[in-house]
Amino acid sequence: MMNARLLKQRFMQHLDPVLLGALGGFALVSLVLLYSASDGNWLRVLAQAGNIAVAFAAMWLVASMPLHWLMRAAVPMYVFGLLLLLLVMTPLGVASHGATRWLNIGVATIQPSELMKIAVPLMMAWYFEKNEAVLKLKNYFVAAILLLVPVALIARQPDLGTSILIGASGFYVLFLAGLSWRLMIGGALAAVASAPFLWSMLHDYQRHRILMLLDPSQDALGKGYHTIQGMIAVGSGGILGKGYMNGTQTHLDFLPERTTDFIFAVWSEEFGLIGNLLLLSLYVFVIGRGFIITANASTYFTRLMAGSITLTFFTYAFVNMGMVSGILPVVGVPLPLISYGGTSMLTLMLGFGILMSIQTNKKLVKT
Amino acid sequence: MNRYVELKNHQREIYYFRLRLVLSLGFVAVMLLILLLRFFYLQVFRHDYFHTLADSNRIYVVPIVPNRGLILDRNGVVMAQNYSGYTLEIAPAKVADMDALIAELSKLVEITPKDIKRFQKLLTERQTLETMPIRSQLSDAEVARISAQQFRFPGVEIKARLFREYPYTDVTSHLIGYVGRINQKDIDQLEEDDAVSNYLGSDYIGKTGIEQSYEKDLHGKTGFEQVEVDAGGRAVRVLSRTAPQSGSNLMLTLDAKLQEVAENAFGDYRGALVALDPTNGEVLAFVSKPGYDPGLFIDGIDTDTWDELNNSPDTPLNNRALRGQYPPGSTIKPFMALAGLYYGTRSPTRSISDPGYYLLPGSRHQYRDWKAGGHGAVDMFKSIVISCDTYFYGLATEMGIDNMHSYLARFGFGQKTGLDMEGETSGLLPSPEWKAKRYQQVWYPGDTVSAGIGQGYNLVNPVQLAFATAILANDGVAFQPHLVRETRPASGSPVLTMPKQMFDLKIDPANLKLVKGAMEAVTKPGGTAAVAGYGAPYRMAGKTGTAQVIAIKQGEKYDAKKISEYNRDHAWFIAFAPADKPRIAMAVLVENGGHGGTTAAPIARKVMDYYLLGKIPQPLQTVTQKSGEQSD
Repeated sequence: MMNARLLKQRFMQHLDPVLLGALGGFALVSLVLLYSASDGNWLRVLAQAGNIAVAFAAMWLVASMPLHWLMRAAVPMYVFGLLLLLLVMTPLGVASHGATRWLNIGVATIQPSELMKIAVPLMMAWYFEKNEAVLKLKNYFVAAILLLVPVALIARQPDLGTSILIGASGFYVLFLAGLSWRLMIGGALAAVASAPFLWSMLHDYQRHRILMLLDPSQDALGKGYHTIQGMIAVGSGGILGKGYMNGTQTHLDFLPERTTDFIFAVWSEEFGLIGNLLLLSLYVFVIGRGFIITANASTYFTRLMAGSITLTFFTYAFVNMGMVSGILPVVGVPLPLISYGGTSMLTLMLGFGILMSIQTNKKLVKT
Repeated sequence: MNRYVELKNHQREIYYFRLRLVLSLGFVAVMLLILLLRFFYLQVFRHDYFHTLADSNRIYVVPIVPNRGLILDRNGVVMAQNYSGYTLEIAPAKVADMDALIAELSKLVEITPKDIKRFQKLLTERQTLETMPIRSQLSDAEVARISAQQFRFPGVEIKARLFREYPYTDVTSHLIGYVGRINQKDIDQLEEDDAVSNYLGSDYIGKTGIEQSYEKDLHGKTGFEQVEVDAGGRAVRVLSRTAPQSGSNLMLTLDAKLQEVAENAFGDYRGALVALDPTNGEVLAFVSKPGYDPGLFIDGIDTDTWDELNNSPDTPLNNRALRGQYPPGSTIKPFMALAGLYYGTRSPTRSISDPGYYLLPGSRHQYRDWKAGGHGAVDMFKSIVISCDTYFYGLATEMGIDNMHSYLARFGFGQKTGLDMEGETSGLLPSPEWKAKRYQQVWYPGDTVSAGIGQGYNLVNPVQLAFATAILANDGVAFQPHLVRETRPASGSPVLTMPKQMFDLKIDPANLKLVKGAMEAVTKPGGTAAVAGYGAPYRMAGKTGTAQVIAIKQGEKYDAKKISEYNRDHAWFIAFAPADKPRIAMAVLVENGGHGGTTAAPIARKVMDYYLLGKIPQPLQTVTQKSGEQSD
């Protein structure tokens, strides 16, 4: 009895019970929704359960690690990730669907950009921590370059969704680190000014996606099909939804990518506006908890890291829901913690592991 | 100092950091609000719209085409029926290179140049996303060959369809007509009739004849199936089903055998025959020669065959019985005689002296009798028997055009009979008013003279003349001519067409007796149709007639041998039998047949022999030109 309690205490020592509960809620929603989205495919659900188990284990592992290990890993991880990104451009890179995002490492293919989702904000937070005492304008420029190099490499793979998310996570670090308003406004103006140039840099399919966002009905059977079918699913769900397993858009195959990027449309169709409010509440709860952890973080590094992880998580959710409901272009971002797929689940849970580590290590310091 | 500054910086840093964090929180809140508004907009404000879209995504309404009704003769002999078969069809919208596709397909099944031409004509007629047939009546082996390789040919389908078949082909072509593929003109008409929804899925529509006139009865009511489909268009389940209602079967008044007898009786002649039952208006035979194979039109006719039919000097596509307009010639004389008696213009016994021509008072223009030298003393009875022109020239002039017009109109001349077939012409019964309106000319006395023997402006079609004959045969009591005897809906009881009495002319029996007696004498020795009436075991009455195709100049003589075949006179014969209690009345027209007595009357005799005696005639003997007297 004593042993069991002790074991439980040791196991839970580095976990944040509030966050853990909410993440468990997401895992449940993911499995239940996936069962419907895959039209009752137990194998899919089981595979996702495996993904979740692995991701939770990884989270526990990261949460249990001392924070200075994480800081020490920042530079090697970043450099390693950057090298892999460069390797993708060599013949070792694996192309699929017109994009070269994967790397063949013999036994499997890996996607280096996923690693950078953690590595980039980690590197930047580490860099600001290192220069905390004497932060100058120069440091922000260096940090910006640390961000832009991998973002640019990923954007030209091309992988617009991932580069936007990594760009956002890095920007949050810069913002929280106190990037001056003047620079931000100047940067925004520069971005607007360079928009035509950026437009010319985009791949055709990315331009199409943006154009289709403006008027998806232009090409209802082609490029606009995803957006239109997603909006139909969401809109036809109404206030109460069509009921679990009863979504016609979902179960009659009209909804593309319904277990992955468009799984939110399944939720919306079957559970309606009420369901959306519930799901948003769950996200808000996790984000709120993240903000509290951020606000209470004891070091500069942990504050930046926790804030970036929390805001990036929100960005994930916003971009996905926005794209499914037709206010953002279809950029290929999964619904965080719910869409089918192991990689994004793992990356997200690693982030939450760091968040928990930040929270619990601070507590340990206090007591 | 240094430490102090650092501490202060640290506190300020935390302050700024928390400020930024609060700003981030605000950013998150704004974004969440945007999402919420978007959800509200899609799921509440525009819910109905998207709900409809979701339904139209998943629900297809699939029409179920009803079976077309059969057409039977009065004894139940099938004249139009359906059979199921396979067609090879192509969806033009899905094919990039049609010629290459057809070339590939023709390696698997036989596709003749005619098929290709017909198919290309179909393509020009209707812009559609649906499939169009290129080959019909595929054999089982052909179906198997195509099916095995179908993956190679996107847009190519094999369809099982019901086809229309006309067992009597050209014998009934003008009567039954045909169905054909629905074209843009038909769609426009359907839209006007608000019947488009009943034709969703239908490929065919009646184009001519009974098929056209009774389209509404024959087509039936299209059924519908609401089918839930997935994104691939595969049916998942049926949500609801409204069964189609087959079209009604039609039982005609016609006797198929009689029709065949009548058709055969024409031999190689062109012409028309309409036979009626005078006691009820039933059409017993309806012939227009030559006919054509209506099957050619069902899936679109190829241009070569079309040109051949359309440009033939024999005009096989012309429905002569319904639409042909010819001068009635001497067949008008019995009606003229009744008019003369009715108005008291002539008494039955009054004789005129016929010198072989007629002179209008104060004129030297000779209106010639068909017999040079004349018939001598002619009374009314004789005038009909020998078809004396001079007698009727005078009668017409004395009666006057207005009386003539008003009396002949009672027999339906110049008007449509109201036969239940579309496209009937109304003929022409001239009057001074008509001439003034049509030609802005006054009516000349000479116009009355020629009108008196059915020439001049007069025009009738065979249906009309048969109708007038039937009225006469039935002692002035007219029944509406009709082709359909019984409509048999798929469900419910059959609807019989009741004989509809149109009017009773209340003709003086004495007048009738005289005229009908004279018509009977026409078929007896001394009459103009004596040859045809010879040896008939029943009492046959009739009147011959000739319709001029070209005018003969004053002082010239008509010589059939000198005139090209198509310019020879048309031969008429109207008849009824038995004379005392008529059961059949008819009008026979033989185009360029010359004399009614020699070409048209024998045809009438054969039809009557079969109808009244059940006698099947031997193949028509070639009519030999008789030397000597050529009667009118």
